[in-house]
Amino acid sequence: MSDSMNSVFDSANTFTIDGRRVPFKPGQTILHAALEAGVYIPHLCHHPELKPHGSCKLCTVTVNGRNGSACTARAMPGLEVENDTPALNDRRRVLLQMLFVEGNHFCPGCEKSGNCQLQALAYDLEMLAPHFRHAFPERPVDASHPDVWLDLNRCVMCELCVRASRDLDGKSVFMLAGRGAESKVVVNSPTGLLKDSALSIDDRAAHVCPVGAILPKRVGYAVPIGERQFDQATISHQVDYLARRTIPIKAVEPATETEGA
Amino acid sequence: MNAPRDLPRKLRVATTSLSGCFGCHMSFLDIDERLLELAHLVEFDRSPITDIKHCGPCDIGLVEGGVCNAENVHVLHELRKNCKVLVALGACAVGGGLPAQRNNLDVAKCLTQIYRTESGEVAVPNDPELPLLLDKVYPINEIVRVDYFLPGCPPSGDTIWKFLTDLLTGRTPRIEHPLLKFD
Repeated sequence: MSDSMNSVFDSANTFTIDGRRVPFKPGQTILHAALEAGVYIPHLCHHPELKPHGSCKLCTVTVNGRNGSACTARAMPGLEVENDTPALNDRRRVLLQMLFVEGNHFCPGCEKSGNCQLQALAYDLEMLAPHFRHAFPERPVDASHPDVWLDLNRCVMCELCVRASRDLDGKSVFMLAGRGAESKVVVNSPTGLLKDSALSIDDRAAHVCPVGAILPKRVGYAVPIGERQFDQATISHQVDYLARRTIPIKAVEPATETEGA
Repeated sequence: MNAPRDLPRKLRVATTSLSGCFGCHMSFLDIDERLLELAHLVEFDRSPITDIKHCGPCDIGLVEGGVCNAENVHVLHELRKNCKVLVALGACAVGGGLPAQRNNLDVAKCLTQIYRTESGEVAVPNDPELPLLLDKVYPINEIVRVDYFLPGCPPSGDTIWKFLTDLLTGRTPRIEHPLLKFD
């Protein structure tokens, strides 16, 4: 971080991550401040445009000796945060392994591969195998909607779609139902099918999924495997992207409505 | 004069494909001219390359594919028993892969549906020589202990080469970006 950047902030409003001084604006979370300062903290259920959720626990950091989610913990002056440590990264890798065996994550057959944040985190933390016994659960695929797939095999229940639909689209199409291992994303429609819901391809909920559970149809391989977001560089080297990314209104297709007011 | 005794003996390598498509073996061949270099360091035991049917004592065993039937289990046990270091090569060996897509289907229903003629007659192949299918397709580490995992569908020739050269030269194998790929 440059000196000019530091001067923007009140000098009291800084804390440290792994010994590095990070400025923050009052009210920011540790994760938010870290990403803005170019410090990578692994995360999956966080999106800069949405309220924090604190469910995936991948952003767990040690704050003044105690573990907590960086996406929900408020930045305070003088906090000492440990982030990139072998112990925390080991735990994060185990969380990823549990996420991988809990669902049906077949990367070779998934059109999200290369753009998938779960996969990107696994690459970055060098997760070579899921380690645990695979659950191979039976989960449905809802292909009823003309423009959007819903494949619960790949769902990690981060609730990004729930939040995007409720807070940004104002539709509340998705919700998490059930408890514990029985939890799943359900669709707000009389039949429970996506085609009978209010979801449209223009909704942000249709594009926010960090994994391949909610995908726009007919654009799957518009960008070839090997040339995608996390094929270029590992996710830990894309802090700027993570801090500034916005949920596209429509994936892939170039914006056409630039004319007119 | 006696032959010099301090020449390192060649390491013995066994390879096999269980419930795989041989894509990982093809990728192995993709190390191209480095195969000649490899031939100075290793010799092959049981492998599609040698067509040896059973494995003797080996240093390294490369296993492609998941475990989908009784024969796969026997072959895998044979390799585990004979290989000092057993490696899960590719997405299927690591996590079941494409064949494991049947894992939440009933095997009997699967077979009767697939082997149904147009007239509705069911003729599931039942020759005693055919190995019986398991209820599920298992990643190999759910059957035997596995020392190293090399994900990818398939892992690229470069990935396999990096892994093998690390292992053969006594380094801890490390696969990271851009060699670490699940697709």
